[in-house]
Amino acid sequence: MTAALQFRNLTLGYDRHPAVHHLDGAVESGALVAVVGPNGAGKSTLFKGIVGVLKPLAGRIERGDLNPQNIAYLPQAAEIDRTFPINVYDMVAMGLWRRTGSFGGIDRAARASIERAIAAVGLTGFEDRAISTLSGGQMQRMLFARLLLQDARVIVLDEPFNAVDAKTSADLFDLVRRWHGERRTVLTAMHDLDFVRANFPETLLLAREPVAWGRTASVLTPENLLTARRMCEAFDQHAELCADEQAPSLPPSGEVAPAGHPVHEHSVPTRD
Amino acid sequence: MLNDIFIAPFTEFEFMRRALAGALALALGAGPIGVFLMLRRMSLVGDAMAHAILPGAAVGFLLSGLSLFAMTAGGLIAGFVVALLTGLVARTTELKEDAALATFYLLSLAVGVTIISLKGTNIDLLHVLFGNVLALDDQTLLLIAANATITLIVLALIYRPLVIECVDPGFMRTVSSAGGPAHLAFLVLVVVNLVSGFHALGTLLAVGIMMLPAAIGRFWARDTTLMILIATASGVVAGYAGLLLSFHSGVASGPAIILIAGALYLGSLLFGRVGGLVRQAFPGRHLEA
Repeated sequence: MTAALQFRNLTLGYDRHPAVHHLDGAVESGALVAVVGPNGAGKSTLFKGIVGVLKPLAGRIERGDLNPQNIAYLPQAAEIDRTFPINVYDMVAMGLWRRTGSFGGIDRAARASIERAIAAVGLTGFEDRAISTLSGGQMQRMLFARLLLQDARVIVLDEPFNAVDAKTSADLFDLVRRWHGERRTVLTAMHDLDFVRANFPETLLLAREPVAWGRTASVLTPENLLTARRMCEAFDQHAELCADEQAPSLPPSGEVAPAGHPVHEHSVPTRD
Repeated sequence: MLNDIFIAPFTEFEFMRRALAGALALALGAGPIGVFLMLRRMSLVGDAMAHAILPGAAVGFLLSGLSLFAMTAGGLIAGFVVALLTGLVARTTELKEDAALATFYLLSLAVGVTIISLKGTNIDLLHVLFGNVLALDDQTLLLIAANATITLIVLALIYRPLVIECVDPGFMRTVSSAGGPAHLAFLVLVVVNLVSGFHALGTLLAVGIMMLPAAIGRFWARDTTLMILIATASGVVAGYAGLLLSFHSGVASGPAIILIAGALYLGSLLFGRVGGLVRQAFPGRHLEA
């Protein structure tokens, strides 16, 4: 097992205030990981760090031989200008960027793969529709079709099933399962804990600092969730400099506990 | 008869032929640039930048009179300085981009008018403010044509990253670093086309030949390509018809071109296929699905 992503004492944040604090661990290649935590826990921040949009304040992310641009990313609130005059087909075709770049043409094989991706998310017949006419669920389906075309080995999804009905999220999660079956590495920020328990083998519980990381059943315990809820959300405007320059060294992808909160006996995971 | 009205002015008078060539070249470059300015919600940025280039052109005028090279170089420099200062102030202070741009372009305009009124006559001032498409010399004509050519070539090169950068900048950032340079190249094209427009239509109306055709396109097309084609075509029509209007009625040529574009715009606003007012008021019976 090789690690697709390795976090080493990673601190990410804004304006020197950490939003993800001293994260250590590894995401195995081919893993399907749910990232869980209250609002403001740093899930989106972590994902921005992974795709290289946000530079670490300290520590680093090792991506092996992967370039950040080869990691597919679905942001929580995509900055899409929905009034822009572009249709579904062209929007999905952007997923081929890695192959076409600025100038590459779209040949017959590429057109076939675009049509397959649109069919896979159930949007056949919508090709010529302007994106301004799509509903929220259709928009999300279209973005998944674009992800399909990106054909990335690591895929990062930030709360992809928010504000999406049950049928759509079931359809879209089938694609996530398919990616998992193809040994792609998938990280997904989630709020629905029951859904995580039923579908994700591995979970990272984040509350600005990592609370627990490992097999889902051993991470989503009442104790861990309580700890996560208690940890403060707001930035402290007058925070002192972080004294903990060197985070406690932990085995990669091991169970971690925030400083001052010993790991409970029964929450020590047995990794599979 | 028809020949007298529509063709004879151009076959009989050389200055009309030159003006037509200049107006057509201007419309070719300005159409697509205007469409992207509109889609990026930067319509007023173009206007502000057009005023910003004035003091540079004025300094060029002070140093060497109505010289094409001096006024063009001055205008380009002033445009880039204002763009740079705006970016700097917006990034380092509490002022937002729009407020920072507004302060600098107004200052720039005031400085420009002051410089010209110190040295030149009112005729010179009119020339700078409103341009004179009927008095384009060879050099100016070449400059406008070269600018249009460069604009179309560069746009073709950056088209894909520019469109993606407009519609989904977040996606562009994660797949490529071409978005930033494409945006920068686009801004340079904006200034280049404003300088062209400045010579033909003057600092106050240079933006008209960009924004009015773009707005017309928006009322007729749902996709970017068609929008650009319609915008360019209406710019061409406005240039031709505006020159005719100016020739037959004796009104100033620059405003005549913009007025024709304005008339086309009003027509589109009322009867446009995409979101026109009449269409909105009488949408017809709703469909089955």
